[in-house]
Amino acid sequence: MSMIKNQIQAINDKGDKALSVFLTSGFPNKINFTELALNVFNAGADILEIGIPFSDPIADGAVIQKSSQLALKNGINISATFEYVKEIRKSSAKPILLMGYANPVLAYGIERFAEDSYNSGVNGLIIPDVPVDEQKVFCKNYFNKLDIISLIAPTTPVNRIKMIDEESSGFVYCVSVNGITGKNSDKEINESYLRTIKNTITKNKTLIGFGISSPEDAKKVLPYCDGIIVGSAIIKSLLKEKSPYRETLNLVRELKDSLINCN
Amino acid sequence: MNQLKNYNLPDSKGHFGKYGGKFVPETLITPLNELEEYYKKLKTDIAFLSELEKLNTEYSGRPTPLTLASNLTEHYKGGKIYLKREDLCHTGAHKINNAIGQILVAKRMGKKRIIAETGAGQHGVAVATVCAKFNLQCSIFMGEEDTKRQEPNVLRMKMLGAEVIEVTSGTKTLKDAANEAIRDWVGNIENTHYIIGSVVGPHPYPMMVRDFQSIIGKETKEQINKMEGRNPDKIIACVGGGSNAIGIFYPFIEDDVELIGVEAAGKGLEFKENCATLTLGKDGIFHGMRSYLLQNEFGQVEEVYSISAGLDYPGIGPEHSYLKDEKIVSYFSVTDEEALEAAKMLSKTEGIIPALESAHAIAYLKYIMPATKRDEIIIINLSGRGDKDMETYKNLFE
Repeated sequence: MSMIKNQIQAINDKGDKALSVFLTSGFPNKINFTELALNVFNAGADILEIGIPFSDPIADGAVIQKSSQLALKNGINISATFEYVKEIRKSSAKPILLMGYANPVLAYGIERFAEDSYNSGVNGLIIPDVPVDEQKVFCKNYFNKLDIISLIAPTTPVNRIKMIDEESSGFVYCVSVNGITGKNSDKEINESYLRTIKNTITKNKTLIGFGISSPEDAKKVLPYCDGIIVGSAIIKSLLKEKSPYRETLNLVRELKDSLINCN
Repeated sequence: MNQLKNYNLPDSKGHFGKYGGKFVPETLITPLNELEEYYKKLKTDIAFLSELEKLNTEYSGRPTPLTLASNLTEHYKGGKIYLKREDLCHTGAHKINNAIGQILVAKRMGKKRIIAETGAGQHGVAVATVCAKFNLQCSIFMGEEDTKRQEPNVLRMKMLGAEVIEVTSGTKTLKDAANEAIRDWVGNIENTHYIIGSVVGPHPYPMMVRDFQSIIGKETKEQINKMEGRNPDKIIACVGGGSNAIGIFYPFIEDDVELIGVEAAGKGLEFKENCATLTLGKDGIFHGMRSYLLQNEFGQVEEVYSISAGLDYPGIGPEHSYLKDEKIVSYFSVTDEEALEAAKMLSKTEGIIPALESAHAIAYLKYIMPATKRDEIIIINLSGRGDKDMETYKNLFE
């Protein structure tokens, strides 16, 4: 059974919800990224999602685009990301996911990417521009030791959600509103969509992300899911400060606090 | 050159061999499936097809002529050269063929807002034009760099009532304009249709755009058979994303005709400043499709270059990648300098000022004409006119 799912289950069993935090690999500073990642874990993150920077991140809003560009400027690539994961693994056993667009993975070699991910201590992968339909050709045969986290969105019909739940492992990444990462509009999360998430996804855990930036945002979705994913809000905070990133770590603490005892 | 019988691609998943597909975030999958379903039905819908034909004839000015370039033919003293005159379409390029087709689809889907990306501005102008005609809200994404070098087209779009959104992310050119259009679409999927301007992007776009552009090849086939009593020996077209090329090639794909695509070599293939995707790129995933892609060793898409903003794109339509691998079409490239020379020559010999993009196809003539016999027939797709490029051409005579 999936290690990620087990971990989320253990958190839920305590009456809490899980917090997954997104960091862009090697950002803001490639020297102390490992330290930042460990501090994020210590501040309360249950899962770390490390984004591999890409020149054309079509699912991302301005904030993550910016961190991606800065990371690329710092020379961050897939190999550097594996080194970070190995370093983090020396001090933490919590789940680590890699989030990367398809093209850098294809250029690295899909099979080699799968092997090196596993050997570095990565637990799962999110490839946002490879939907389940393309996964069969793109990666399924190679990634059997890793969880493949698929996404659903408000546009996804119920029978497709069922199919995605069936094809995924670990958790299903539920995109809160139609759009890119970050808070880009005042769109409210549709309640019937939230109910669909709760009632339809039975095999995997459910984490809701995109535009979840504060304990207040979290509160709205918690009754319907097993945890939340926070990305742009963290990156936005990191863009504003320098090491030791006190505000950002405070935000992680506040977010985790809001997830305690809410089952 | 290989020939195929019963060519019937893409498959039901939108793949051309290993290329194509739908490599997009989940939010777009269901809207793309809906678009595909709609389009499939409309393809055989008599009311739709007759409205399309009426607009092509009465609004766009089709069929465009096939012109014997007699002076150019004399110049090379080889085979007969014909020009398919897409430069005479309303708005000045073949882009309108696709814009008309897609706006009719969008209308029937009940969409209220249209977005599009544009490089040289020809597609942007075509989309702004059909949005004006059909009274739909229109936003065009254009790289900041391109708004500067193609200012006349920016003005045309504004005059037609479109909003032109300057894109300042990434390299500030066509690829980033497309990124922004995709991001906008994901967030406004309920009311918005994205009119992609070339045979690129996720399925069903490469197929749908090809179908709408195939009118170029269909007319060409009828015209040349009427004028010469037979098919041509060679057809040449420039390739950026590849829509004018697929448009003229597609109806000849099962015929014994040599099909030649010409890419932009920019300052030269040995330099970074080019955009010869099929010549120098490798298998990649970009803008929703798997296809050849100009990228660095880490799979990052770097800035590409061509003097022609319409060819300045690091990707290419997935069907071209397939046609290249299967050796059904041959692809070559010419430099900025060769394209400029060709533009000058066509203007002076035939009285036709070509778009810089189309000038790449003309430029390739010097490589093949010396080996042709007098009884051979060569057709060039003259995809657009050069009015928009006068700022660049100015240096040729000043």
